[in-house]
Amino acid sequence: MFKKILVPVDLAHIEVIEPSLQVVAEQAKHYGAEVCYVAVAATTPGSVARTPEEHQQKLEAFAQERAKVHGQPVSARVITTPDPIADLDDVLVDAIDEADADLVIMPTHPPKHLDAVIPSHGGKVATHTEASVFLVRPQT
Amino acid sequence: MTNDNKQPPEAAPDEGIPAPEGPANLIDTDYVIGQDNITANKFGLDVDLHGKVFTVSSLLILVFVILTLALQSEIEPVFNAIFSFLTGNLSWVFLLGGNIFVLVSLGIVLSPLGKVRIGGAHAKPDFSYAGWFAMLFAAGMGIGLMFYGVSEPLTHFGTALGGTSMEDGMRTDWAPLGAAAGDEAAAHRLGMAATIFHWGLHPWGAYAVVGLALAIFSFNKGLPLTMRSIFYPILGERVWGWPGHLIDILAVFATLFGLATSLGLGASQAAAGLNYLFDVPNSNITMVLLIMGITAVALCSIMLGVDKGVQRLSQLNMMLAFLLLAFVIIVGPTMLIATGFFENLAAYAVNLPALSNPFGREDANFVQGWTAFYWAWWISWSPFVGMFIARVSRGRSVREFLTAVLLVPTLVSVLWMTAFGGTAIDQVITNGFQGVQDAALEIKLFAMLGELPLASITSFVGIVLVIVFFVTSSDSGSLVIDSITAGGKVDAPKPQRIFWAIIEGAIAIALLLGGGLTALQTASVSTGLPFTLVLLVGCYALIKALMSEPRGN
Repeated sequence: MFKKILVPVDLAHIEVIEPSLQVVAEQAKHYGAEVCYVAVAATTPGSVARTPEEHQQKLEAFAQERAKVHGQPVSARVITTPDPIADLDDVLVDAIDEADADLVIMPTHPPKHLDAVIPSHGGKVATHTEASVFLVRPQT
Repeated sequence: MTNDNKQPPEAAPDEGIPAPEGPANLIDTDYVIGQDNITANKFGLDVDLHGKVFTVSSLLILVFVILTLALQSEIEPVFNAIFSFLTGNLSWVFLLGGNIFVLVSLGIVLSPLGKVRIGGAHAKPDFSYAGWFAMLFAAGMGIGLMFYGVSEPLTHFGTALGGTSMEDGMRTDWAPLGAAAGDEAAAHRLGMAATIFHWGLHPWGAYAVVGLALAIFSFNKGLPLTMRSIFYPILGERVWGWPGHLIDILAVFATLFGLATSLGLGASQAAAGLNYLFDVPNSNITMVLLIMGITAVALCSIMLGVDKGVQRLSQLNMMLAFLLLAFVIIVGPTMLIATGFFENLAAYAVNLPALSNPFGREDANFVQGWTAFYWAWWISWSPFVGMFIARVSRGRSVREFLTAVLLVPTLVSVLWMTAFGGTAIDQVITNGFQGVQDAALEIKLFAMLGELPLASITSFVGIVLVIVFFVTSSDSGSLVIDSITAGGKVDAPKPQRIFWAIIEGAIAIALLLGGGLTALQTASVSTGLPFTLVLLVGCYALIKALMSEPRGN
């Protein structure tokens, strides 16, 4: 049913996405889908990498690690933007289009009142893309 | 708007850190950005802060606000004494420093170092020319032009015309240089030259040095986007310790108080304008509402981010400012402004050596009260403006950067001052209209516009511009403070930037109601002295850093 799964990844907060990575592995195997790992980063040096190119290498290494787990073909893409905190949702929606992905799997937090002011990225992406979106809540 | 880094052109895997797009010379350090940060999740909010910089600067800010509110009458004379000591006895440091910044910037434009590209030899710009330039200008001085565009040329014209007066061998007048007693044409030229001197190459020279140094150390050398990175060539790994913390804390202090006090004082100026134009009561309530409104719009802008918030607002601002400028040029004395532009540029060039001379000046009042004050002000703003323009300048060549930050704004300032100041002076000389000269500082612009047709429309545009220029300073300033207190991270959680924007508005309101805005502004402008030294080091570090960069074509 799904051919290409897009997975937003933040290498600085890998513990947050850990549960959803398991879901990704299972879904990828189940559908025999390709997995595209995407990171959105600032153009300035950050905690993960000091240049966008270093980030790309780290993400590629990460994708290869994951490929060993689920055995499906992978790709990795780092997208830089001057203000990733504000632009994340728009950048992801574009990336889903460009990658021609039909499923997005990303972690999200439980609904809370603050969402009215600062909406969750997962919810925002889901309302703006044509791909299916699988939001993984943290395990309690 | 985004760059795809899917295939880095010349990255060699497994050989340390790959260069940014195209060749660049990274600094080798073991420091990991954010290693000293405190991350937590409290009350459902994520935080990611540099523990020491955030804590110390927050406490320092709190102490200063409480002290100013509680001991107003005691603390104001202290701040004033410090500041008059700085401008009185150390005016030569500011003037000399200012000259060095301009010369270094001009030298780099002309030298082969201008070919270096920010972000690596093949980096692509993140913003269009129009958006980029609008942000540079709006962050740098937009608001000042609104208030001083009319008043400063007129003031210098008046004092120059008045001639010099001596008492005990000291000049007691405020005229620039040797004045031009009784000669209207000469006083006009001198007044414009002095104004352009204060708004031309020198302020932008300071911004350019900080901005370029930060951009190179961040995008080409791979260090965090924060003031301390400039010191890496001098301090080495020690910049990640207390010497670096101190520089960053000072930058937060100068930026936050600079912004909060301008916001408070600006609100009173905007309220005076609203009162003059629409009879809105010039009360504390109006001012508090203005500050809250400005902060609310700034909040929306930083939530939308640099690209969709700050950039768009800056462009809107530039468009409105351009319309107002075009209106004054077309409806005002068009020929006078057209010829005046070149005459004033010439007068600026002729008087520049004498005006920028740091030593043995006779016009002590002018040098200390005007020039040194401005220089301290520009330099204390330079960490904020420099950091913001660095952030949006990736992908530009050094020559492009300096042209856009130094030369173009200078020409725009000349044109703006010629149009607004020239029109006001013309109203005095030709029409004998004294209204502008007699008006209070904050309504001089509106008094001048009042003599032109369609005054109600242009004055309205004027007041909108004043308010939106405050928003564009407030939003970019909050982003800068957030990134310094997050140890150079520009991707710290959103609530942090919201926090800083609100704090800024809150301090402005507290000081407006409790008193002490000018006192704290004096304190923040006093940081101009330590930053002059920081910037001088910055010049050395910048040249050293540029020399080690590959020069593209």
